[in-house]
Amino acid sequence: MSEVSAPSRYHVADGPPRTVADFVLRWETILVALLILTVVVNATLSPYFLDVDNLLDATFNFSEKAMIALGMALLMIARDIDLSVAAIVALVSLLMGLSAVAGANTGALLVVALATGAACGAINGALVTGLALPAIVVTIGTMSLFRGVAQVALGDQALTQYPNALLSIGQGYVGAGVPVSFATFLILALGIGFVLHKTPFGRRIFAIGANPEAARFSGIGVKRIRFSLFVLSGLLSGLAAFFLTGRIGSTRPNIAQGWELEAVTMVVLGGVSIAGGSGTIPGVVLAVFVLGLTTFGMSLMNVPGIVINVLLGLLLIAVLAAPIVARRWLTAGR
Amino acid sequence: MKLHRETLLAGIVLALVIGVGLRAPAFVTLPSLLGVLTDTSLLFMLTLAQMGVLLTRGIDLSVAANLALTGMVAGLVNHAAPGLPILAIIALAIVFGAVLGLVNATLIAGLGIPPIVVTLGTLAIYRGAIFLIARGAWLTSKDMSPAFLATPKVQFLGLSSLVWIAAAVAIGAWIFLNHTAAGRALYAVGGNPVAARYCGIDLARQQLIVYVISGAVSGLCGYLWVSRYGIAYSDIALGYELTVIAACVIGGVSIAGGVGSVPGALLGALFLGVIVNALPVINVSPFWQMAISGAVILAAVIVNSRSERSVGKLILPEARRKAASVSGAAAS
Repeated sequence: MSEVSAPSRYHVADGPPRTVADFVLRWETILVALLILTVVVNATLSPYFLDVDNLLDATFNFSEKAMIALGMALLMIARDIDLSVAAIVALVSLLMGLSAVAGANTGALLVVALATGAACGAINGALVTGLALPAIVVTIGTMSLFRGVAQVALGDQALTQYPNALLSIGQGYVGAGVPVSFATFLILALGIGFVLHKTPFGRRIFAIGANPEAARFSGIGVKRIRFSLFVLSGLLSGLAAFFLTGRIGSTRPNIAQGWELEAVTMVVLGGVSIAGGSGTIPGVVLAVFVLGLTTFGMSLMNVPGIVINVLLGLLLIAVLAAPIVARRWLTAGR
Repeated sequence: MKLHRETLLAGIVLALVIGVGLRAPAFVTLPSLLGVLTDTSLLFMLTLAQMGVLLTRGIDLSVAANLALTGMVAGLVNHAAPGLPILAIIALAIVFGAVLGLVNATLIAGLGIPPIVVTLGTLAIYRGAIFLIARGAWLTSKDMSPAFLATPKVQFLGLSSLVWIAAAVAIGAWIFLNHTAAGRALYAVGGNPVAARYCGIDLARQQLIVYVISGAVSGLCGYLWVSRYGIAYSDIALGYELTVIAACVIGGVSIAGGVGSVPGALLGALFLGVIVNALPVINVSPFWQMAISGAVILAAVIVNSRSERSVGKLILPEARRKAASVSGAAAS
């Protein structure tokens, strides 16, 4: 292809050149600073924090949630949301438990987990795109439905007959002390980050989130892509359920209770706009680390979980409020 | 002839009650039905308050955490000063809840942070605050004065005080939403924020109103919850915010804002109340409750979207005929 020499009818201006301020005020830069602060504060407070083995083991507590957050990030960039993810984990874990009782091996359990998760995601996607219903209401409904089914099937019982191979995946390491679940999360983050930021499919997700109607008019299969994101979210929830069930070795109806809100927190702290159209996977990964390490550091100091939640709630609001307050303060000074 | 959504919902609730009555006649006796009303009273109030928030295209996920925190504060105050009159405790609960709502309102209306994010954050903060102020302890009925526990047991004309309070809140909500400028403005900002702005309606002021009201009602319900069940700890009403939103959705309140009525919201709450109370009566495991309410939410949102769509598809002649009949009625 040769250079187009004829003057174009349209003039598309380049964006203004990037300044240092643009770089400093980028969300990811703020998160990196926050992450460094978290590490420094925790390392000062506890001598056990900066220990590679401890840090790697700490990833057990957030890797599964973080996988769910990756799917949630794509949905929220496309202006959707999936509040049923934790309920999908419960339903998937139930079916894994029933299959294990029926004699399924670990490979079959993985297939069950992924298939169930994808099916749940497809139900959400079909209701949202096929019937044009708001995602938040649909997934509040399916949240009750999926967890309700698990509750009906389990009652106050627990399923605990899992093959040892599953437990050794959920609690196991891939060489050098890196947990399997954490390694899986990193690979998924790389893959999903590549698709979102470097492929036309990823650009289409941003286009849908920024303006669904304009996206439709420019020939993007909006419904098809939104549907596929719900299926992906279900699939990742299924995978998270596979690791979680393997890690704790039992299925109770309240498994992963409240995880939908934790996943949303990770995504929002990661800089994804709840109004859609903006956000990055590196941002979400950084937020996962900030939240995960804060939780780990405080549990090292015996802070009760519910108090950790207070600080995470404050962090979420403060991080969102700070740039707004700062901007107002700066413009008021002019 | 379009069947009103509220009429349809009332019919469904009635059919449900009759259906349960056929299986278990004891359910349709007056004391049993009044028991259902009493049981659902708090849900009625919370659903109405949530509807106000939803009308403005917002959402308040912190209601149950606010309820639990205010309930704990009321309990602690009563424990520290058992002589304090109950009306003072109730006033304190309402004001304290309203202050928690004001925190939400400041962040949402003042800073423009999305409501779902703000109330998600304050949900965690309020829940944790319960643990902090009570230092992890539980309050049981032994820690509360007899007067504190007596409020829900008061009866008047055969109805529990809870029902009377809920009725007062419902009448207040109906007057506010239908007969005050601020109430009508909620529909305007939810229906079309840009048009509302051009009409001179201040979105921030409307948000302030609904989140403070939502907080105040949650606070009131917090005291009533603790005095009714005689227990306060960090997990009371855990996840109840979703039940409240479910009641709104079933009652035809639109999450997208601008649509919702007091009778609809009350019927949505009543529907869930009847199901909760009916399951044990007909020997269905209470574990079914969650699955049923999930299925009902989905059914309700599908039905609601259908009826909204048919309104949108009214083509000119029919709309013209309707407009003519309306103006004719006005002229005669």
